[in-house]
Amino acid sequence: MSVSTVARPRAGLVGRVPALAVLEYQLVLYRRTWRAGVFSSFLLPVLTMVGFGVGVGAYVESGVGGVPYLDFIVPGLIASTALQVAVGESTWPVLSSFEWVKSYVAQAASPLRVGDILGGHVAFVLFRVLTSSLAFLLVAALFGTLHSPWALAVPPLVLLIGLAVTTPVFAYSSWVSSDNYLSLLFRFAVIPMSLFAGVFFPVESLPVGLRWLAYVSPLWHGVDLCRAATLGTAPDWSAPGHLLYLGAWAVGGWLLARLRFRRRLVI
Amino acid sequence: MANDGVLIRARGLVKRFGDFVAVNGIDVDVRAGEAFGFLGPNGAGKSSTMRMIGCVSPPSGGELRILGMDPRRDGPAIRARLGVCPQLDNLDPELTVRENLTTYARYFGIPRRVARERAAELLEFVQLTERANSRVEPLSGGMKRRLTIARALVNEPDIVLLDEPTTGLDPQARHLVWERLFRLKQQGVTLVLTTHYMDEAEQLCDRLVVMDGGRIVAEGSPRELIERYSTREVVELRFGGEEQESFAGKLTGIGERTEVLPDRILLYVADGDAAVTEVHARALTPASVLVRRSTLEDVFLHLTGRTLVD
Repeated sequence: MSVSTVARPRAGLVGRVPALAVLEYQLVLYRRTWRAGVFSSFLLPVLTMVGFGVGVGAYVESGVGGVPYLDFIVPGLIASTALQVAVGESTWPVLSSFEWVKSYVAQAASPLRVGDILGGHVAFVLFRVLTSSLAFLLVAALFGTLHSPWALAVPPLVLLIGLAVTTPVFAYSSWVSSDNYLSLLFRFAVIPMSLFAGVFFPVESLPVGLRWLAYVSPLWHGVDLCRAATLGTAPDWSAPGHLLYLGAWAVGGWLLARLRFRRRLVI
Repeated sequence: MANDGVLIRARGLVKRFGDFVAVNGIDVDVRAGEAFGFLGPNGAGKSSTMRMIGCVSPPSGGELRILGMDPRRDGPAIRARLGVCPQLDNLDPELTVRENLTTYARYFGIPRRVARERAAELLEFVQLTERANSRVEPLSGGMKRRLTIARALVNEPDIVLLDEPTTGLDPQARHLVWERLFRLKQQGVTLVLTTHYMDEAEQLCDRLVVMDGGRIVAEGSPRELIERYSTREVVELRFGGEEQESFAGKLTGIGERTEVLPDRILLYVADGDAAVTEVHARALTPASVLVRRSTLEDVFLHLTGRTLVD
């Protein structure tokens, strides 16, 4: 066998962007379960439309700020779907990749760098966030709840929400050693955020002392942007401010996650 | 360029975890085409050394060159030319046997078509072609280990690192793995393995080092080590009753060294039959006598002691 100093030539896109190989692995895994996933991705929004539009909506006759209740909550639910999928895909799957299946350990033995391993898995989570949110958006459009061509901005927005949530959760999941801590994340972060970050009612309805809880959560910033997009109205807060705030979560989370991944894989 | 065919070169290599020194200044040269073994009890520092060679664990001190490159700087380029078979299988149980190979090949930037071809060849090599489309989860331990070895070969590596390749396998599975590894060796692949099975080291290794407490305590070919640290033959005597100790005194002077165990006495001698004759000449009548050749196990136990390490 010949011994040369140059690394073997790498072919194709995967050669130039090694993280894509990790994304590919995740997609091969996903191929086994996607059918069940697609069904629930559409079923959930349809049930929501019927339940809230016909059921709850009938009681909230005045709507919210002149907008029918269903149309008010749809963008919030899209943003919160992005949150749920992002957190779900960044908790158990990450811990398992370290502890149970150990796929990160296998990847670390290959030429992949820590950033490639992290980036490829994050890309897969974003793919899941995007497809789930698109399903919701499609159903929302069929029910006539989108009021503006700005609704086209929703897909890139959910990607940003996904990124802002995924990277810090990757950091958290790579920090903990047991999945008990992952349940805590749902109980103390995901559920309160989904309930109080402006998805079902305006944050102004909360007591003044509690509103800041909504304002610091990445979800509220995403909800406000999505709502402005589907209703064609101005957001409650500065749009660049929202984008920067979500961007800060994404970047901060990425740096922290990369640090944790390195600590755990390179020892 | 790695000169004089040395693919792995360590000088004063150290690995520390906080205050604990796992590897305490070892010198190693692994040459192209040889099968090199790290032997030692648990906690000797074998796996830490392997992880440093695998470029997933930065050395705490000393010098390490792999394929002429520096692991601190050229990790990905080195890893591109290594094949790693870890101690604990980390195959993906949800994927099929073939998918485990093809997805892994992609981490090396290998084009899909080439990955599929290579997966087919490697499955043939490790005799798993029939299971190509079955999921990994229900496979036996031996099959999983063979698949892990196949995966380690997917990038046609210059060096294959095997961390305890047959630990936990039944005898048939072990022999099959050995036979495959021997084939690789014949093809000129450089093998670096850790083991605490002496028969494995004798079967596979051209050269080996014995590690204990993070240091290298002996180095050489299996034959050299036996010659240097043991005698040509060993006589195992079992006396009836429980007091082997009381017979030990009467054996003084026979052979180079005597070792008293709870159930038997070992005489390390050059000529086993002559020693047995001498034993009988002293009017001793052991219940059983076994003359055997010295093995690496005798060397190993002599160098690292019989105390249990957990």
